[in-house]
Amino acid sequence: MALDFPKHLLELEALTRPQIEGLLSLAARFKRERARARGGEAQTDRRGLLRGRNVITLFFETSTRTRSSFEVAAKALGADVLIFQKDASSVAKGESLEDTVRNLDAIGADALVVRHPAAGAPRLVARAVRASVINAGDGAHEHPTQGLLDALSLRERWGTLEGKTVAIVGDIAHSRVARSNIHCLSKLGAHVRVGGPSTLIPSGIEKLGCTVARSLREALTGADAVMALRIQNERIADARLPGPRDYARTWGLNARRLEMLPKEALVLHPGPVNRGVEMSSDVLDSPRSLVMDQVDSGVAVRMAVLALCLRAEVPA
Amino acid sequence: MIILDSGRVIDPANGIDGTRTVLIDGDHIREVREQPATPAEKLVHQVIDCRGRWVLPGLVDLHVHLREPGEEGKETIATGARAAVAGGVTTLVAMPNTKPVCDSASVARFVAARGREAGFARVIPAGAITRGSLGEQLADMAELKEAGCVCVTDDGRPVMSAGVMRRALEYARDLDLPVMVHAEDLTLSSGGCMNEGPAATRLGLPGIPAAAEVAMVQRDLLLAELTGARLHVAHVSAAGSVRAIREAKARGVRVTCEAAPHHFTLTDEAVAGVAAALGPAGEPYDAHAKMNPPLREAADIAALRQGLKDGVIDCIASDHAPHAYDAKEAAFDDAPFGIIGLETAFAVAHTELVLNGVLTLPELIARMSSAPAAAFHLAGGTLQPGAIADVVVLDTATRWTVQPAALLSKSRNTPFAGRTLTGRAALTLVGGNVVHQVKVPA
Repeated sequence: MALDFPKHLLELEALTRPQIEGLLSLAARFKRERARARGGEAQTDRRGLLRGRNVITLFFETSTRTRSSFEVAAKALGADVLIFQKDASSVAKGESLEDTVRNLDAIGADALVVRHPAAGAPRLVARAVRASVINAGDGAHEHPTQGLLDALSLRERWGTLEGKTVAIVGDIAHSRVARSNIHCLSKLGAHVRVGGPSTLIPSGIEKLGCTVARSLREALTGADAVMALRIQNERIADARLPGPRDYARTWGLNARRLEMLPKEALVLHPGPVNRGVEMSSDVLDSPRSLVMDQVDSGVAVRMAVLALCLRAEVPA
Repeated sequence: MIILDSGRVIDPANGIDGTRTVLIDGDHIREVREQPATPAEKLVHQVIDCRGRWVLPGLVDLHVHLREPGEEGKETIATGARAAVAGGVTTLVAMPNTKPVCDSASVARFVAARGREAGFARVIPAGAITRGSLGEQLADMAELKEAGCVCVTDDGRPVMSAGVMRRALEYARDLDLPVMVHAEDLTLSSGGCMNEGPAATRLGLPGIPAAAEVAMVQRDLLLAELTGARLHVAHVSAAGSVRAIREAKARGVRVTCEAAPHHFTLTDEAVAGVAAALGPAGEPYDAHAKMNPPLREAADIAALRQGLKDGVIDCIASDHAPHAYDAKEAAFDDAPFGIIGLETAFAVAHTELVLNGVLTLPELIARMSSAPAAAFHLAGGTLQPGAIADVVVLDTATRWTVQPAALLSKSRNTPFAGRTLTGRAALTLVGGNVVHQVKVPA
């Protein structure tokens, strides 16, 4: 499979539609194979693809889904996985990011999966090392594999994203998930709307190629899917929101509000969910919720990203 | 005597723009005349042929961080003053945010003495407005003035309390000391690291709205009006500030202000690595495009240029702010604010403003010599007979490429690396001594 794919996955903004589609097709294959294996059918063993390669996960922020998902993905491809513990390392002694990654590179990393609170940090890492660098979330910039896994889950339901409308509701200002989704979904032909209180809509977001909805009704009317983003407590401390209750009153998704959506429309959330704030439990657990499928897509997408960035030979 | 023979003399303070010969006797200007150097003079004196070059009063930079005392790894008074004369700057005002802060006569005298020892540009200390620049209690301004400080400023941070600022202005007015302000409402800029707008949104970086500057400029203009003090607004970056200062000047508020070359040439797109007017595209998240106030937008550049043209912006100052090279090799959020500019300020302004027809060369020279000297009552900025012989001979045609490693400053954090600029100081004299000379290949 000769797919022109960059060595580093730093942002979806830089990818072309054929690159994204090629990656999603490979991820869809991995996802089907995993489903068959779970169903007890003959397993397709992919452990030869990255045998002998070292994948290091380097998380400077907490994570449940993303890190374990990357680790499972890397192991499914046969790679050796090393987990870098920020608190048990020289970073705790004040070693700089660049010095840390140069050392890991010298130890022999083939891929560095990096999450960092500073936007642009993975690019800095990529400049310093020989290994492939995969951005697992940098500040409020991008979370490329999240954008890709959302696209995969939606594509599997719809066949294509062309002409579809996806609403993203919540804290757009601080969301790397929103930015990666805006880039990814619009490159695939969907229209993206963002909505939330004005305190959480960053200035000039429409320049990324989305529209801004000023009410939940405006966001949801006619949308084919809605994605709710997590509302963090810091937003109350920094006076962007009065509190979770007031947010839920105007922007929270519950069963009654979902009546603004077309019947067949889907609901997504990148997790972790604040039940009852941005999304009520009945919505989260409803049949139209794709939340668990998103997690499943996550492993497959990360397998595809690792395989492509590390130039694994995937048999047709 | 040194005779600068038959150059094009631009001396805005005296309204001269034409071919003249400048006679320098010891440490002062003796005469500026139309007659070229005579054969007899050529036998007796050091005659420097300036035909085809420009001869002007040395440039005056009101806003320079020299880092000494306390952070000599970034710059020293000697290296900064040496870099200054390479950029044609013969007088610079050293900001007080050193370690310790220049809030006492002993630090001010130390800075001035180090400057004299170095023997390059004149180093004039600025004192702090408040003790430790903490914004709470007034610094000993009378003592600072006696020790040679020509203004007070807490540059790097604002005096957040309007009450303290009002008293500082009143106290400084009695001493006839200008108060230079770093206008930033910290509650609006809080956590930001670049201009708020589409570029910051795309990069996912926390923004600083222009209003953080404009609101503080408005406050300080009101307080200057209330107190009758002399206000100098440092590094104006936003269109709204230019508008506010224009209105204040029209109603008679005693205010002067400065703009920095990066603010009227680069936009916040430079943070995203987008190619700028002056040169090649860079990398996204380049911390060399990080300074405070941040690079703004095209409309702000247009307003700054208009302000420079019509004189609402009195001066151009570099806000030279050296940092160790590896401090800038960090994630954008974590990198320090500030860039160097002493050696590039004139060439950037000349290339972008004069060659693009925004300002005439005499207008530019006025903004960089006579006007800043007048703002702080400094000795330079003129070729008046009897004045100190701070003179620059400029080569306005030389094209040169900014190579950070070749700069004389101890630091290399310039956003203009790799850019080709036109014009540079060929010869710089301070007090009649040649302190910088570009070697011309034979």
